[in-house]
Order: sequence, then C-alpha cells, then structure tokens
Amino acid sequence: MFADFYQYDFLRYTFLTGLMIGIIAPLLGTFIVVRRLSLIADALSHVTLAGIAFGLMVEKLFAIVFSPLYAGMIFSVFGSVLIEKLRSVYKAYQEIAIPIILSGGVGLSVIFIAIADGFNNDLFNYLFGSVSAVSQSDFFMILTISIFVILVVALFYKELFTLSFDEEHATISGIHSKRIHLLFIVLTALVIAASIRIVGVLLVSALMTLPVAAAMRLAKGFKQMMGLSILFGELAVISGLISGYYLNIPPGGTIVLVSIIILLISIVIKQLKFPKKVREAK
Amino acid sequence: MKEPIVSMKNVSYAYEEKTVLDHIHFELPQGSFMGLVGPNGGGKTTLIKLLLGLLKPDEGSIELFGKPIGKFKERNKIGFVSQKANTFNRGFPATVFEVVSTGLTAKVGYFKFFSRKHKAKVLEAINQVGMLEYAYENIGNLSGGQQQRVFIARALVNDPELLILDEPTVGVDYENVRRFYELLHQLHEVKNITLLLITHDTGTMTEHATDIVCLNKTLHFHGKPEDYTSLTEEDLSNFYGHPVNVVAHNH
Ligand SMILES: Nc1ncnc2c1ncn2[C@@H]1O[C@H](COP(=O)(O)OP(=O)(O)O)[C@@H](O)[C@H]1O
Ligand SMILES: [Mg+2]
Repeated sequence: MFADFYQYDFLRYTFLTGLMIGIIAPLLGTFIVVRRLSLIADALSHVTLAGIAFGLMVEKLFAIVFSPLYAGMIFSVFGSVLIEKLRSVYKAYQEIAIPIILSGGVGLSVIFIAIADGFNNDLFNYLFGSVSAVSQSDFFMILTISIFVILVVALFYKELFTLSFDEEHATISGIHSKRIHLLFIVLTALVIAASIRIVGVLLVSALMTLPVAAAMRLAKGFKQMMGLSILFGELAVISGLISGYYLNIPPGGTIVLVSIIILLISIVIKQLKFPKKVREAK
Repeated sequence: MKEPIVSMKNVSYAYEEKTVLDHIHFELPQGSFMGLVGPNGGGKTTLIKLLLGLLKPDEGSIELFGKPIGKFKERNKIGFVSQKANTFNRGFPATVFEVVSTGLTAKVGYFKFFSRKHKAKVLEAINQVGMLEYAYENIGNLSGGQQQRVFIARALVNDPELLILDEPTVGVDYENVRRFYELLHQLHEVKNITLLLITHDTGTMTEHATDIVCLNKTLHFHGKPEDYTSLTEEDLSNFYGHPVNVVAHNH
C-alpha cells in the first residue's frame, strides 16, 4: 500500500482525507453525544444525500462537471438551520424535527435520482463510502472544512462546553446560547458533508458517535474524552481504508465494525477495571 | 436601611392562562440572608427565573443593583444554583474542575482563553467548598451532597455579590445539610455575600436567615425569623392551604 501511496494521487487524497475526518467527526461527535443530539447527525446526512443527488442530477442532465459534494454541503448547512427552526417551533417536541428533515432528505433524493434516471455506481459510493472516490477538488474542499472546523472549535471551546453541560446556566451567565448552538449545528453539517466521501451517508453518524460512546466509558473529564474519541476514530478510519483497499470492501462498513469492537472492548475494560466503583455508585 | 439589591414592583406572571405570581412587591436588601419558603407550585422558582431574566414579567418592573433588568449587564454579580442542578446528566464526563470553570466562561469572554489566573480562581472556588481533593474526578462519581457543593463553587467562582440557591438541600443527608449551612454562614458573614435561599427546611433556615418571605402566588409574609416562628399554626395552614407542623430544631 505504501508504495502505491506514493504512486497514485487518488490514494494519497483518500488516505489524507480519512485522517482528517477521523479527527473532525469524533471532535464534533463529543458535543453531539453529550447533548443527546445523535439523531441530528443522521437527519443531516440524509439531507446531504439529497444535495449529492441534486449535484449528480445537474451533472448528468446538463453535462456540467462540478463536484456533487458542494451541493451536498449546501443542502446540509441549509438542513441544519431548518432543524433549528423546527426545534424552536415545536419546543415541547423537539425531536420531531428529526424525522421531518430525515424523510424530507430521502424524499428529495429519490426524486432527483428518478429525474436523472439513476446513477448506478456513483450513488453506491456515496451511500457506503469509497476508497477510490476522493478527487483533488474534494480533497481541497475537505481540507478547508477540516481546518475551519478545528479552528472554530478551538476558539469557541469554552462556550461550546459550557453550553453542552448546562444550557440554562450558560444563558443566565450571559452566553449567547442560541447563536453558539447555531454555530455548532452548522459545523456539524459541514463535518457530515466532509465525511461522506469516505464513510458514506448511511454510516457517517456512526463515526461521529461510536468512538465517543467508547471514550465516554474510559475518560476522566471532557478533554480526555475528546482525545480518546479522536484516537478511536482514527483507528477505525485507518482500518477501514486499509481493508477497503486490499479487500475491496466499502470503508464505511469496516469503520463501523471496528468502532463497535472498540466500544465492546471499552465496556469490558471498564467492568474489569472498576467493578467495585460501579457497585458503590448504585 | 441599606439599598435593595433586588426590587420587584407589582410583578405578575402567568404560564399561558395560569397566574403563578400575582402583583408581587419584593425587596432584597444588600447584605441580607433571605429565606424564601412556600408550598410546592407556589411560584418560587418562577420568581427566581424572572430575577435571572429567563422569563419576562407580564406586568410590573424588576430592578437589579439599582438598574432596570433590561439594562443590567453585569450578570457575573449574581451566582445561581438551580433546583435542577442535582438532576443533571450523571454520565456527562466532566471533571469538577471543568464544571466549575464553566462559571467563568462568560466573564472571560469570547475569543479569549483561560489564563493561569483564571485556573487559580477555579481551584480557589473548589477549595472554598471543600472539594479540592476531588478537583480532577468526574462529577458523575460524586455523591449528591458533593455535587451540590461543586455547583455552589461554580456560582462562587465569579465572586458574586448575590447568591441565589433554589432548593439546594433536597436529597442531601443531614450531615451535609449542616455543612452546607456552615458554608452559607461563612459566605454571608465573611464574604458579605447577599443570599436568597429557597428551601423547605424552615427549621434550620430560620436559625441563619435575617429575613423570611413566604410566597404562594402572592406574598403572604415578609419579615424577621422571630416573627415567622411566632406565626400560629392557623396562619401557616391558611398559607399552605393545609395543616402543617412546624418542626423546631432544638440544639
Ligand atoms: N414551564 C412551565 N409551563 C407551565 N406551567 C409551569 C411551568 N413552570 C412552572 N409551571 C407551573 O407554575 C406553578 C409554579 O411553579 P414553580 O415556580 O416551579 O413553583 P415552586 O418553585 O414554588 O415549586 C406550578 O403550578 C407549575 O406547575
Ligand atoms: Mg421550585
């Protein structure tokens, strides 16, 4: 693989893209999990699919060459703002925003696909991820998103953390909770759009949440959990890419399986390490 | 008479149709230790939410530190320990240090990072509530009483002039309640913090408070602890809407 790595551009782009999303997906995932918003990631990935289908349709119908990922990103960001709007309309039933957006995304995708008369292979790659799909333009887009996301999270870390721990207290102390929350949701949308090339629409939320679920059992404190989540995310992504390349399996599948294995191991370790503490706490 | 730190004039509030606060006049003098009591559903938490700006009154006006609430920006002068504090998500992986530091987030401000001075401040607040040895433990692993002290530390980290506590001793065992009142006593006497404490534990509270207010939709009593303890059972049952036994603690 490493010889090929130097030889083939696409492989280099894929690998570097994988490393980047192995950082940013669990990074945002830590906030998503502790705020119990895991399903939002799923809803947004399906909206991204609608954007991608739209991009593919435009490409096919008008023979314009442009990366469908851009359309995916725009749809995803738009969807994230819409979710927030719906959540504020249905204050007492905020989770209802999720099926609305999710089914809306799938519905639109189906329509775009039908109009374009199907896309065969391309769409399969977007659904489950691919090791051969990252173009140079995708790579630079994902690189830009990654740098942007990491900078914004670093800059607003204390606000994001304060808001995640206790929204009411954050608001009382004078933090602009609504604006920070919107920023966070838009970042999530960007991360999902960036991750879809490698992990695929159906499994992207797994890369955001499973490493965090494992890290949560082992970490002391939030920062440590973030670090461990990224470590687990990278482990999963690298396994996915290697097996994808040699065994020709879409990387999304392996990424999720490895994440689940890490999660199971973390549960066992926790039980071996702290069986007494668990009983005491009860 | 010292100037009031909080004053409410003619304040009413209703959730949809249901009036919860009915023309309340209320002043909290600087330096006092006020106990706010009343039956469940009497509107105590609602009154606090109005003071904190989480709700807007339907009628009447509120002043904080001599300013109308809309113009009051020095939020860090007010520390708050919520009734919900002890029902937070126990699985949240945050250390005591991390939790207390969230109290400083707004004060430090956007686009700035915690400095060494801020971190020292956080440790000082943790020390003040006697939790220093747990500073780097996950808050979920602590007992209810210990968590309560962590939330007090989060409120104290800003050096507030007014500390508001909403039923902080619910679910805390006797020994920890005693330590809790010791801490309040110290904050009040030594640090000169004005306190507003909502509690059902009137026995212990009347020993420490300087003022007592009873709230059940309207203010039923506003006075000194001596006067409150001399209220007859009949007065109290009128107020609570059912007979009550006043439990006096003899020490
Ligand atoms: N968000 C809300 N929506 C509707 N009614 C509420 C809400 N919060 C409180 N109430 C009602 O207002 C009344 C006063 O509540 P609250 O201020 O919490 O009382 P207390 O803190 O004294 O127990 C209660 O009858 C309660 O049911
Ligand atoms: Mg209450």
